[in-house]
Amino acid sequence: MSQQTQAGIDYSKVDEILAAYEYKKSNLIAILQKVQEVFRYLPLDIMTYIGTKIEGLSPATVYGVATFYAQFSLQPKGKYEIKVCDGTACHVRGSMPVLNAIKQCLNLTDGKFTTEDSLFSLETVSCLGACGLAPVVVVNGKVYPQMTADAIKIVIETIMKEEKEGN
Amino acid sequence: MSDKKTLIINGKEVEFTDEPNLLEVIRKAGFNVPTFCYRPDLTQYGACRMCVVEVEYPNGRTIINSSCTMPPEANIKVKTNTERTRRIRKTVLELLLANHDRECTTCDKSGKCELQQYAEEYGIKDVSKYVQLRKDRYLPIDDSNPSIVRDPNKCILCGACVRACAEFQGHAVLGFANRGSKTVVQPIAGKPLGSVDCVFCGQCQAVCPTGALTIKNEVNPVWSLITDPNKKVAAQIAPSVRVAIGEEFGLEPGANTIGLINAALKEIGFDLVFDTNFSADLTIMEEAHEFVERVSKGENLPLFTSCCPAWVRYLELQHPDMLNHLSSCKSPQGMLSMVLRELVPKYFEGFTPENLNIVSIMPCTAKKAEAKREQLQKDGKYETDYVLTTQELAKMIKSAGIDFKSLEPVEGDSPFAQYTGAGTIFGASGGVAEAAVRTAYEFVTGEPLSDLDIKGMRGVDKNHRCKDVEIDIKGTKVKVRVVSTLKEAEKSLQEIKNGTADFHMLEVMACPGGCINGGGQPRSCDDTHIKEKRAQGLYKEDSELQYRRSNDNPDIKKLYAEYLEAPGSHKAHELLHTAYEDKFKGSYKDVVKA
Repeated sequence: MSQQTQAGIDYSKVDEILAAYEYKKSNLIAILQKVQEVFRYLPLDIMTYIGTKIEGLSPATVYGVATFYAQFSLQPKGKYEIKVCDGTACHVRGSMPVLNAIKQCLNLTDGKFTTEDSLFSLETVSCLGACGLAPVVVVNGKVYPQMTADAIKIVIETIMKEEKEGN
Repeated sequence: MSDKKTLIINGKEVEFTDEPNLLEVIRKAGFNVPTFCYRPDLTQYGACRMCVVEVEYPNGRTIINSSCTMPPEANIKVKTNTERTRRIRKTVLELLLANHDRECTTCDKSGKCELQQYAEEYGIKDVSKYVQLRKDRYLPIDDSNPSIVRDPNKCILCGACVRACAEFQGHAVLGFANRGSKTVVQPIAGKPLGSVDCVFCGQCQAVCPTGALTIKNEVNPVWSLITDPNKKVAAQIAPSVRVAIGEEFGLEPGANTIGLINAALKEIGFDLVFDTNFSADLTIMEEAHEFVERVSKGENLPLFTSCCPAWVRYLELQHPDMLNHLSSCKSPQGMLSMVLRELVPKYFEGFTPENLNIVSIMPCTAKKAEAKREQLQKDGKYETDYVLTTQELAKMIKSAGIDFKSLEPVEGDSPFAQYTGAGTIFGASGGVAEAAVRTAYEFVTGEPLSDLDIKGMRGVDKNHRCKDVEIDIKGTKVKVRVVSTLKEAEKSLQEIKNGTADFHMLEVMACPGGCINGGGQPRSCDDTHIKEKRAQGLYKEDSELQYRRSNDNPDIKKLYAEYLEAPGSHKAHELLHTAYEDKFKGSYKDVVKA
């Protein structure tokens, strides 16, 4: 039986993850990674849940771990996660125009990084280790090398089109 | 061990044995190093780097290390005060001060702040070369909590509060969040401290070196009450205040100053002064009766004591399914306020239910929250109007210009002036259980207990946070467990839930060592012996008093004869007992299913 709360969170999934990691305090990071994989972010309610269920932890401690690491997101991510590399190599080869083009294309004004329809989310990362392909953009794990402002627009528009037809 | 282990500190040969770190050895040798984050009762953390020392190994290698995290080693040479260590400490202080709200004069910790103290000792006069914390970037002060005020602009991130919350109470309400220069100490997601599972024990602010966490100061409204000619104010003083407040005036920890406190309160302008020890006796009468009743019926065992408001709140928040174990007795504060409300207008001229105000002097920050409980209201009015901590009373005495030490001791006001040793020892962990057993024994057997000192229940240090004692009541073995800190209490609760618990009574005090080490007491976090001395002060008074069983107290007997009928009577229930509420639901973590 899945337990649905008002926030629409399926806690039975969290229970499964916790059980798989034996409710161990030392597995907290792995648990959070798994939760993020399933829910696409770390909802506050789930962090509270984990902090209460695992012995030796508290909600505030879990929150501390989640905010310490850049890999964890406390805001919902989009169905398509766009990562723009802004490491040194990508930066000098023009990652900023690419980033700005994406922002413009998705209508993301300052401070917002997920589109209103939750289809896309945008973040910059420091280095993807693919400097030879700079500037690099990664969308849901798929690498797009040597991007330009025009090229990334085509990529995004293609995804949007596919999504529309899929529905 | 035949060979003694020694090391050299500042040229002096010092012996050491099992000290956990170099800092303890340094202090034992009569030297000192500054520290913000080291607290002997908490784990070592090494955050502040103020306790750095120069260490020279026998092979000539010299290092700088924080003495709080370094285990003592034989034959090393330690220098605590060198050019290098001074330079490091000064830089630490300068950086902390640059990033600190330096409005010292209006800070509640002013005069007791370690940052202020060291900045003065190390002669820090100018920190303008560093980037300053800008006023327009100040974070809001959080005063949503009934007992504690949090000012994040004064936090130096030493983490003492986070450790105190986790290691004493087992459920860290405060935690670090974010990383690097954005790091803050806060409740989850920056929620107000009043809206999370805080139990109000105040241990976080007791270990806080700065004004980041302070007691919610209620001195000013109390002064207004006292100076209002249309109002009458009665005070009550908790057991453990008497053995601690003297420290604020240069007396030794453990010195019994009840006479001086009574005198000071009268001098300040309180109309009547009563002793919470009296109602501690009353609590024992009710609780021992309740205990005997539960044992004979075999229901709702083990009985949990209900004197500690942090513990009561913890149960309400975390284990509402176990509230049936909790004694229905009000805490001594609640009982005395109720008795005073009922009887003071009858006994004293000029006092009416309308003009009577009650202020209690407590070692405890959680009592402030207890006084505001819905269940402790009568006719829409709180039974206790204000709760002042020991520290706040000391401030009042100082501001009134009273020379505390040279006061002439006076007695409390009758008819509730007499108290027994059983009431006094409420202030130390184990005291409530010891007092209850002394009286319960007589309730069951009809004979007084011969040996009143139940040594197994005593002890307030780190190694005495869980004590099991078996009492033989004429063939019936009664097992009592005494715990201090909620972390220990949680272990006992789990035993009960697993069915492995083997005790009939559980005494819980949330502060380590009990009320003598309460969150409202004068500072005691750097020296573990202070709380032991305070406890000795209470046990000394107990051993010297004429009456040492609550049921022998003549004023208590009179109160029952004239007014309350008998322990557990209808009247007693109406006035002295209370109810609890399931706060698990509606808590911010109501997502958690049992």
